[in-house]
Formats: sequence, C-alpha cells, structure tokens
Amino acid sequence: MLEVRNLTVHHGFLPAVSDLSLTVEAGQTLAIIGANGAGKSTLLRTIAGLHRPTSGTITLDGKAITGLSAHARVREGVVLVPEGRRLFPSLTLEENLRVGSTAGRAGTWSVDRVIAQFPWMADRRREPTVHLSGGEQQAVAIGRALMANPRVLLLDELSLGLAPTMLRRIYGVFPQLVADGIAVLLVEQDVGQALHVADRFQCLLEGRTTLEGKPGEATPQKIEAAYFGLGPSGTGSAA
Amino acid sequence: MNWVNAVVQGILLGGLYALFATGLSILFGVVRVVNLAHGDFAVLAAYLALVVVTTTHLHPLLTLLIVVPLFGVLGYFGQRLVIQKSLDVSPVTTLLVSFGLSVVIQNALLVAFSADSHSFDVGHLISASVQVTPQLSIAVVSVMIFLSAVLLLIGLQLFLSGTALGRQIRASADDQEAARIAGVDTHHVFGIAAAIAFASVAIAGVALGIYSSFDPSAGPPRLIYAFEAVIIGGVGSLWGTLVGGIVLGVAQTLGSQIDPSSGVLAGHLVFLALLALRPQGLVRARLAA
Repeated sequence: MLEVRNLTVHHGFLPAVSDLSLTVEAGQTLAIIGANGAGKSTLLRTIAGLHRPTSGTITLDGKAITGLSAHARVREGVVLVPEGRRLFPSLTLEENLRVGSTAGRAGTWSVDRVIAQFPWMADRRREPTVHLSGGEQQAVAIGRALMANPRVLLLDELSLGLAPTMLRRIYGVFPQLVADGIAVLLVEQDVGQALHVADRFQCLLEGRTTLEGKPGEATPQKIEAAYFGLGPSGTGSAA
Repeated sequence: MNWVNAVVQGILLGGLYALFATGLSILFGVVRVVNLAHGDFAVLAAYLALVVVTTTHLHPLLTLLIVVPLFGVLGYFGQRLVIQKSLDVSPVTTLLVSFGLSVVIQNALLVAFSADSHSFDVGHLISASVQVTPQLSIAVVSVMIFLSAVLLLIGLQLFLSGTALGRQIRASADDQEAARIAGVDTHHVFGIAAAIAFASVAIAGVALGIYSSFDPSAGPPRLIYAFEAVIIGGVGSLWGTLVGGIVLGVAQTLGSQIDPSSGVLAGHLVFLALLALRPQGLVRARLAA
C-alpha cells in the first residue's frame, strides 16, 4: 500500500534520512525503532508532507504522492499523529476532532465512533483540550487523525510521557485499525511496546536501516546491536 | 458638550475604530501579518466608493454592495499571490512589503485624486439626530456605524465558532502545521481570513467617508488608531477590538472636552498607560469564544 523508495532527506547540509526504503501493507503495522536522532520523526514528517525529500519517492498504491502538499496527502488518506500531539488549544475537544474530517474522505469514522472508542470523551466534548491530561490529549490526537478516515496512519512517539495504564488504553485502539485495514507506520522509542504491536520492524541508525524483520525473529542482542550500531550487524556505522 | 455627551459620542466613535481594528486584528491573529497598509486600504476603499458614487450616482451606503465584495476578492488573491509569498521568505519581508504598499497607495491616490479631501453626501442622513436630553443629541450616522461594527463582530463570531471553515481558521491560527496534517489547506484558509479582513476594512473606509472626510494621507492615522484599539482590547480577541475602540474613542472625546486640541493626545496617553499596566489587553485573547 504505502511504499517509500530510496528516500533521502536533509536538514540543512546534514542527511537525516539516507537512501531509506520501506513498505507497509493494509492492516499491517510496521514499527520504526531507533535511538534519538536516528531520523525516525523526519521520516514520518516527510511521508506526511511536512519536509521535502532530497531524493526518493513515496507512493500510495503505486501512485506517487511525493509532490503533494501535506493537506493533499490527507485527502489521499495519509495521516500523521504528530509527536507532542499538537492539538488546537483554542478549540474544544469535539472541534479538534471535527477539524480532522476537513479533507472530507468517505469512511466510517465519526465523532460518535471516536467517543465509542474513548468513552471518557462523552462528558468532556465541549471542554478545551488544554484541561486534559497528556494521555487524554494523545487520545484526542489519534481521534482527530481517525476522523480523516486514513488508509495509512503515521504514529509518532505515542508513548512519550504517558503512564502505563494510559498507554494500554491508547494501544487498545490497534485491533480496530487492523480490522479497518489501515496500514500503520509506528515510530517509538519504547522498543518493547513497538515490537509488541508490530507485524514487522525496521531499526534505524543515522538515517539508515540497520536491521529489519519480524519481532519474533530477532534476538534482543541483535536488536540492541542494530539500535546502537555495535558489532557486525551495525551496517550503518563506520565501525 | 457636557461630560455625558462626551462619553456617549466617544462610545459611538469607538464603533468606527472597531471597524478599522477588526481587519487588522484578524490578519494579525490568523495570518500573523502586521499590515502597515491597513489604513491606506481603507482610504482606497473610500475612493473606490467615491468613484462609484460619481459615475453611477448610487447612494454612498449602496456602494458597500460593490466595494465590500471587491475588497474581499482583493484580500483573498492579495494574500495568496503577494502576502503568502513574502511570508514564506520571512515575517520582516511582509512588514516591508506592506509598508511599501502603504507608500504606493498614498501616492497613487495623490496622483489620481489630488490632495483635496472628500466626504460622502448622504443627504439629510448626515444631520439626522435624536435629541435624548436637552444636552445630549445622538447623530443617526454615528449610531449606524456603531451598530455595523457590532453586527460585523457578531457575524464574525458566529462564523468562526459555528462553521467548518471558521473552525479551520481558528485551528490554523493556533498551529499552522498541525492544521495542515489535519487536512486543512492553510493557504486557502489564510486567503479567506484576508478576504474577511479586507471586506471589513472596506466597510471602515466607507464609514470614515460618511462620518468625516478622507484624503490620500488619511490612512496612517487610522492605522495608528486601529493598532491602539487592538492592543488596548487584547491582540487576537475579536470583542477586544470593540472594547479597545470604545476606550480609545471615549479617551479622545473626553480629552477634547478638557481641551479641544488635546483629544488625539489623550487617546495616545490612555493607550500608553494601558500598554504599561495591562500589556495583554483588556479582553482575554481568543478568536471567538
């Protein structure tokens, strides 16, 4: 469904993502893991249309979306849940959700379905989101993205700063995503959490893939080596 | 003039200032553009209305039906073709571009219409007034301008809080990048916000021509009053523009009551005092509550 081929993205003169390729199919979850500065967020933001790649292509069902602006990609069904949630502080909870349906894509997600997923929202839909806890804000950010009826959902650091109980509630939405046939590209620093929900994973180091596979196949040692760029599996490192 | 009269006239004058301030406030609050040509665009709208009046002999109020939509279109395309391009370079560029536009508009009007001042002939309406008490008489024109400011603000409030497009405007004002990834075409939304700002500045320009008079250099003082109203009321607050306009208007008329030549100065002093004591403005900043 979503295919990224030979993507290179620069921040100024420095490459943040180098010659990276990946594919995610409908109903599948691909986890991108890696240390701080590995290029994970840049990768997601480039797929969402917030950064221009230096080279490489991004295609959705074979159709190139590399040249589209961010809002046009949402219309194609590529939707980002950004790091730090980025809710609209002067809008109420429900208004935040409704902005998510701006692109007007057909689908089954509505304010009611999001509230069915996160029932606590029912009593608080008219509240400004600044009053909500971090986890609650994260749920609204996910709800806002789902309101666009995405085909590809890009999730950036969902777990950052969340309590474990809240984390479980947030990740509780995953079976729904799979059932809807949404392709999920997940960026996480919490490797355990990422590997738990993912069908496949790719480990990034300095903008390159150092290890990929299914969560069950790779040993923790191998992942650790790829994560930090140690030993023979650290193909991205000069050592 | 007695004191009550001065206060009432000041409040009504505040309506005119609010008309000027609304467009400035929206353009700054949503698009983050400080439009230094704001007052000149108002004067341009007044001249445009003057041309319509002299060629078609329409009543000045009816020219609003032509000038306001025309300015809306001008605002939309001006934003998308000029302002957005300079915004993409840097905010300072936008400031310089709007300053340049201010100079260009003033000089173009000077060449086209000379330095003579003009005002609209609204017939008996200009002298119509209601005698409330022997010492207090209220001009119908002032009331109409005040009410048009209130109606404009009510309309904007309903639009911003009750429609999908209004919601998109507020979202884009909050966080442009987050709005884009939520599917909002922020360039279009900024165009709409500029269209609203320019339509309101056209109303302000025609109101100025009915209330008093205008000449090619009338823009910059209006810009200053609009700035003061916006800052007194609270940057980014819709109703703050009316509150700010009223405070400024009352300060000016009370100042004139004390000394006929000190009205404008009194307005500036109150503005400076409030800027020092309450820099965040009188009304909590928020586009449409």
